Amino acid sequence: MNNMEASKFEKLRFVGSRPIRHDGLEKVTGQARYGADISFPQMLYGKILRSPYAHARIKSIDFSRALALEGVQAVVTSSDFPKPWLTDETGIDSKLINIKFSSNNVLAGEKVLYKGHAVAGVAASNAYIAEKALDLIDVSYEILPPILDVMQAIKVNAGIIHEGMFPYPESGLIASEFNSSLISNSTLDMSNHHQGDDSKYSNIAGYYIQEIGDIDKGFMDADVVVEREYNTGSVHQGYIEPHSATAIWNRDGKVTIWCSSQGHFGMRDQTAEVVGIPASDIKVIPMEIGGGFGGKTTVYLEPVVAMLSKKTGRPVKITMTRQEVFEGTGPTLGSYMKVKIGATKDGMITAAQALLAYEAGAFPGSPVNMGAQCIFAPYDIPNGKVEGFDILVNKPKVAAYRAPGAPAAAFAGETVIDELSCKLNIDPLLFRLKNSAKEGTRRISGPVFPRIGFLETVEASRIHPHYLSDFGGPNRGRGVAAGFWFNGSGPSSVIVNANADGTVSLIEGSPDIGGTRVAVAMHVAEVLGIPIADVHPSIGDTDSIGFTSMTGGSSVAFKTGWAAYQAAQDLKAQMIERASDIWDVEAGEVNLKDGKFNHSTNQDLQMDFKELAGMLNATGGPIVGRAAINPGGAGAAISVHIVDVEVDPETGKLTILRYTVVQDVGKAIHPDYVEGQMQGGAVQGIGWALNEEYIFDKEGVIKNPTFLDYRMPTSLDLPMIDTHIVEVNNPGHPYGVRGVGEVPIVPPMAAIANAINSAVGIRMNTLPMSPPVLLEALWANNGAGKVYGD
Amino acid sequence: MARVFIPTMLRALADGNAELKIEASNVREAVDLLDVKFPGFKLQILEDGKLRSNIVVAVDGETSRLGLLEKLHTDSEVHFIPAIGGGAQ
Repeated sequence: MNNMEASKFEKLRFVGSRPIRHDGLEKVTGQARYGADISFPQMLYGKILRSPYAHARIKSIDFSRALALEGVQAVVTSSDFPKPWLTDETGIDSKLINIKFSSNNVLAGEKVLYKGHAVAGVAASNAYIAEKALDLIDVSYEILPPILDVMQAIKVNAGIIHEGMFPYPESGLIASEFNSSLISNSTLDMSNHHQGDDSKYSNIAGYYIQEIGDIDKGFMDADVVVEREYNTGSVHQGYIEPHSATAIWNRDGKVTIWCSSQGHFGMRDQTAEVVGIPASDIKVIPMEIGGGFGGKTTVYLEPVVAMLSKKTGRPVKITMTRQEVFEGTGPTLGSYMKVKIGATKDGMITAAQALLAYEAGAFPGSPVNMGAQCIFAPYDIPNGKVEGFDILVNKPKVAAYRAPGAPAAAFAGETVIDELSCKLNIDPLLFRLKNSAKEGTRRISGPVFPRIGFLETVEASRIHPHYLSDFGGPNRGRGVAAGFWFNGSGPSSVIVNANADGTVSLIEGSPDIGGTRVAVAMHVAEVLGIPIADVHPSIGDTDSIGFTSMTGGSSVAFKTGWAAYQAAQDLKAQMIERASDIWDVEAGEVNLKDGKFNHSTNQDLQMDFKELAGMLNATGGPIVGRAAINPGGAGAAISVHIVDVEVDPETGKLTILRYTVVQDVGKAIHPDYVEGQMQGGAVQGIGWALNEEYIFDKEGVIKNPTFLDYRMPTSLDLPMIDTHIVEVNNPGHPYGVRGVGEVPIVPPMAAIANAINSAVGIRMNTLPMSPPVLLEALWANNGAGKVYGD
Repeated sequence: MARVFIPTMLRALADGNAELKIEASNVREAVDLLDVKFPGFKLQILEDGKLRSNIVVAVDGETSRLGLLEKLHTDSEVHFIPAIGGGAQ
């Protein structure tokens, strides 16, 4: 482990240690309660009727036969949801269009927009009856041609997914009158761009551009220019726990929802919008979550079970099947990308240009702006231009997936960087080092970087034993790639109660997905000097703790860790005050060190934390520490991956021989969980690189909606993923924390593609690089030195 | 005066300027002054008087948690950039 600037934290007792997680026993013994584990007397079970078509207009829905089935209690459709976006004058209030999209994704409105799109919900006395009732709902469809990728979406006569909603909605930086001219001048071939029957409509939901310097001059100054095109397919987050939600709509109008999510406050607020009641009338109780990776930040079932409960007056639960998860929840994007980078003979980048066209799915909102901001972020680019297109297709609405938008972009950007370094005969890590962004570097998007650890991470990679080792052998190769992720922050609330037995109850609002309970508790232990096991963390429901933004953006250890630090400081100050009252001295004369209160000069005045905690109720009452913050300074994350592969030229099968993740983590609060995130991100990226993809037929039907056919890597497919923690402390956090969860998924696809080129001399430009694709590339190129797809 | 960087998307609205110097005490005042100079600018940044949900303001390289209330200094840099979400674990 490198300990850059570590002196500030040398005296920490608990931060940096590896204690057992508080929730470990419950989880390994099966006692932890996940979304589907909730049950109530008189509870009804729900099922969702889903569209068999990728694109169709709903002409009518008749559920009278379903309601007549014994045991069926209620059916809901989109007509049961309020429609605040409709106005008398215009039909649609554009300010409320996002509510319409959210509502119509939960239950389809005028059209179904992807295979698996929810159409109706049924509640019955058991799940079998509910399932049977689905067959009794008669839906009349007018089938429309599906639009399945970005290039098809912009073709003449491709059809329009949302009539009347576009062109290019006026949402912030997307200004329609300027978009049109910008898009027509963009590098995406829009000559065949379909604009609907009256030239008003489009499947392009958004456009984004950022520039720095003079891109034309930058390419003129280059000695070598590489330009490539890329295509990537849709992949799913692949969390193990399917979505599940249970609701009780009480007669007083108050609603309680149990679900597993990445943010129960977000679930509350989104549900409130869709069902049309105040958020304060809804309480969401968070269950344990079996993985999310960004995909559990959106409501799917919650409004449906709420409305079914309202209709029946009974608790209602719906749990998705795996097929429903694949077909009805957000995957990440498919994309078309074009990247062009120029450099001088001595390896300095003079210009970098990218076009990213990302699938949004059925509703606007791909993370193309994030991909656009990440693609060249590790580098100091003097002249740059990045354009992003958000394009509607008849696939499930994309949801966030670990560093949303960045992995696909890095696949394109980092393989062009690699090709440039090869053409210039410069070591690929040295090439990155020469061009690395550092503190003060102005990004293409405008702001300058604060302290980041790209230099240190690349340096650590260059001297890593893996990089210095020999990977020799036929058809073997090594690849490297870098990745960048912003890291997020947001509002977070924490309460700490001093208990009479000397323990501390910690209530936070961040669902724990990756071991953050213990990481947050470690902040409290460090401030108070008490054992980590004496801090008892729990996740409060939406009525029990202040607003806390979602567990996403690699933000929890940063924002909620900081909130816990602040709450513990508040508790500490109050307890010092109480000790001073008991001792009849000034508070400024009392200290807390290593869990013991003492007077600065009178050594007879000492008591440990537990002793004072036991006296609180009798000396003025309990003490509660609190913090509600929204901190800035999250600090960006950088990761460099090194991978050795072997390609079987007979079958196209690729074997990962060795894999190392080198990452700047700021300060590793709990190194075990930091390493776990680094390994987990790499494994997900390897799956994305080699196997994972939604396979659609020409009608837009997913042909592999099970884990049997949607191939995710297992431990049997992989070697041990080695990790190397670099600690360039984040000056924006009390203990130097940077988010760690997302950036490790950014480099794997490019690193593996670069390793394939090293092994067999083929530049891959599609994902996944599965055995049949790789074999076809080997056959097509009949040797080395070509680009597959050219 | 604070340096306000105009997003590429809005430069046509701001007479092609990529950067402007604005005498403003906070971001809201800067947006108001830009709207006076370039009518319609505010509409692209604000909705119902608040920053649009898909936009964040970065001041001096740091995403502002205060948004329009963020104070500006004479050497401050202001950027309007798309908001970032995410999804680890």
